[in-house]
Amino acid sequence: MTEPLVKPKKKNPVLRTRLATLPPVPRSRTALGLTRAAAEGVFEMQVCADCGTVQYPPREVCGSCLSEHLAWKPVDNRGELIATTTLRHSNDLYFRERLPWRVGTVKMAAGPSVVAHVHEDCAEGGSVRLTLKLDRSGQAVLHALPEKDTPNMNDAPQLRESTCDPKFRRVLVTDGKSATGMAVAKAMLEAGANAVFLGDASTWKTVPAFDKLVASDPRLQVVELDVTDTDSVDRLAASIGGKVEILVNTADYLRDGGILNRKDVNLARDAMEVNVLGLMRLAQAFGPGMCFRAADGSNNAVAWVNILSIHAHAALPARGAWSASKAAALSLSHTLRAELRGAGVRVMNVFPGPVDEEWEQLTPPPKIAPSGLAKAIVKGLQDGVEDLYVGDIAEELRTRLRENHKAVERELGQ
Amino acid sequence: MSTPILAQFMAELLSGRVKLVDLTQTLTPEFPIIQLPPEFGQAWPFRIEEISRYDERGPAWYWNNFSMSEHTGTHFDAPIHWISGKDQPDNAVDSIPVENFIASACVIDVSAECAENPDFLLTVEYVKAWEEKHGRIPERAWVLMRTDWSKRAMPKEYLNMAEDGAHSPGPDAEVVPWLIQERNVHGFGTESVGTDAGQAHHLNPPYPCHYFMHGNNRYGLQCLTNLDLLPPQGAVIFAAPLKIRNGSGSPLRVLALTPTV
Repeated sequence: MTEPLVKPKKKNPVLRTRLATLPPVPRSRTALGLTRAAAEGVFEMQVCADCGTVQYPPREVCGSCLSEHLAWKPVDNRGELIATTTLRHSNDLYFRERLPWRVGTVKMAAGPSVVAHVHEDCAEGGSVRLTLKLDRSGQAVLHALPEKDTPNMNDAPQLRESTCDPKFRRVLVTDGKSATGMAVAKAMLEAGANAVFLGDASTWKTVPAFDKLVASDPRLQVVELDVTDTDSVDRLAASIGGKVEILVNTADYLRDGGILNRKDVNLARDAMEVNVLGLMRLAQAFGPGMCFRAADGSNNAVAWVNILSIHAHAALPARGAWSASKAAALSLSHTLRAELRGAGVRVMNVFPGPVDEEWEQLTPPPKIAPSGLAKAIVKGLQDGVEDLYVGDIAEELRTRLRENHKAVERELGQ
Repeated sequence: MSTPILAQFMAELLSGRVKLVDLTQTLTPEFPIIQLPPEFGQAWPFRIEEISRYDERGPAWYWNNFSMSEHTGTHFDAPIHWISGKDQPDNAVDSIPVENFIASACVIDVSAECAENPDFLLTVEYVKAWEEKHGRIPERAWVLMRTDWSKRAMPKEYLNMAEDGAHSPGPDAEVVPWLIQERNVHGFGTESVGTDAGQAHHLNPPYPCHYFMHGNNRYGLQCLTNLDLLPPQGAVIFAAPLKIRNGSGSPLRVLALTPTV
C-alpha cells in the first residue's frame, strides 16, 4: 500500500534549493509517437496494417513481417508483471536523486514485452495496467500500475514524478473572479491543494459569489492581479512567485464580433492584451521562479495551465479577434513549453468548447459548466497530460479538423 | 514704462507670495478609470512598459512607452467629447484657443456634505449661499467642486460601486445651465472620476454637466486633487491639454497659482 503523502513542512530557508535535473531526453522521431499519445493521455502503439502485430519499441518496419504500414492505434494496455527490480544506484543525475526506483518487465496481452516504471502497489507475477505518461523531460515513459486503483496510489513518489497532482501544492488562478476561475479554485481545494491564490483585477467590483467563495476556505487568498499591467504582474510575482507550484491562467477577454463589423481595433487590442500579452507577462514574471523550484521537494513547481479554446485551432468568424488571440496564445504556449521544459515544468493547454458563462449567453447548448471544466483540468493535472480537450464540441471539432480542416473552416464561417 | 507685469509676477512667485499647487493625480496603472457597462467600448487605463533602463536594451538611457485613453487620470474634457458639443466651433483639444487654458477658479467646498452623502448634488441654492459668503462667481472662471473624493481609498471607495452603479457627487441638472447662463463660467471641475455624479445617468438630461457644459462650448476637468489647498476665490488655473488632432480630451498637468496671503 502506498504511504499517503504527508503535507510538506515549511521550507528551511537556509538550505540550498535542489535544482531541476531531467531524465534522459533523446528519442527517435518515430518514438515521439509515444510522446504524442502520452501528451494527449491515450494509450497507443504502432500496429502493423498487414499482419496486426503490435510494435514495441516504436520502429520503421514491422518486427514480424517487415511491412512499412505501421499505424498508431489504441491497444489493450493490460499485461502481466513478469519480473521487477529496484534500482539502488544510478549514474544518471536525475535518477540518483530519486532512488530507489522500481522497474520491471511487463508481458502485454497485446503481444510485446516492455520495460516499465513499476508502481509500488504492483505485485510481481500479477496483472497490471500500463499507462503512457510524460516524464519530467516531457518524453513518454511506460508506467505499470495496479490492475485496480489502490488507496493513495497517486501519492507514490515515482508516479508523482510523471503527474502534476494539485495535492499539497499551491495554485495561482490568475482571474479568480470569473465563473471559470472560481470553479477552478474550488476544484483545486477539493483535490487537496495547500493554498489557492485568487487573482482579482477589479477590486472595486463586488461579486457576491466571489466573496462567498473566499469566506468558505482559509486556504483561499485574494491577490491583486491585472494581467494587462506589467507592474501588477511583477509585484505579485515578487511577493508570491516562490510559492506558485501550479499556475492556471484563467484570464480571458471574450467579445463577439468579426473583423469587418467594427471600424476600430480596440476590442481586438483588448483581447490581445489579456489573452496574449497577459500570458507573456505572466510567463516572464512567474516562469523563472517556477523553474527554480521545479525539483524542490514533494510540492515542487510542476505545471502551467493555459485555458485556451478549441477555436485556437479553428477560428470562429463570429468572434474573429478573440479567435486570433487564442491562436496567438496557443503559439506562445509552445514557446513557453520549450522554455519551461528544461526545468521539467509542464505546460498543459486546455481546449474547451463553449463554456456556460455570461459572454456565451447566446451560444446554444451543449456548453460546458465551469465546474465541469475545472474538474477536467484537475484530472488532466493528475494524469499529467499536455493537451486537454473538454466537452463534446471540442472533441468533435478536434476529430473533424483531422479529417477535413477545410470543411471545418467553411462550416464555422456560416 | 512701469515694471513689466510678468517680471512682477515672477518676483511674486519667487518670493513665495504666489504659490504653485499641483492639482494632478500621478499616472499609475492602478489609477481607477470610469467604468461603463462592459458591452460598451472602454477607455484604456494607464499602462507603461520600459523601453530601457541603462541596460542591454539601451545602455545609457532610461525611458518608457505608455498608453492610455484621452480620459485617463487627471484629464481635460473638450466640448467635442459630448454629442451636444459636436458642432461647436473650436471644440477639440487642438483647436481650443490657447487663451482658454488659463482661467481663474472658484472652489466650492462640499466635502462635509459628501462625507455624509456620496450622492450629494450641487444645487443653484447651494451656489447662491456660497456666493453670499465668498462673493459672486466672476465671468469665465472654472467652478471646482471640492469633495475630498481624491482622499478616498483607491480604487474601491473612489469608484464607490454598488449594485446600482457608482455613487459619487456632482452637479444637479439645474445648476449647470444656471452657471453657464447666469455666471458665464469657463467650465466645471471635480475630484471624482467624471464631472458628473456617479448616478448622473438617472438625471434629466442624463450627465447634465457633460450635456450642458460641452453643449455651450465649455470645458471639464476631473480626477483633480489638492483642491483643499486652494482659496474659495482668487486662484488661477493653468490647464493645457495635449495637442491631439481632433482630440476629445487629454490627460494633463493642472497647476494652480494661489496667493499665500
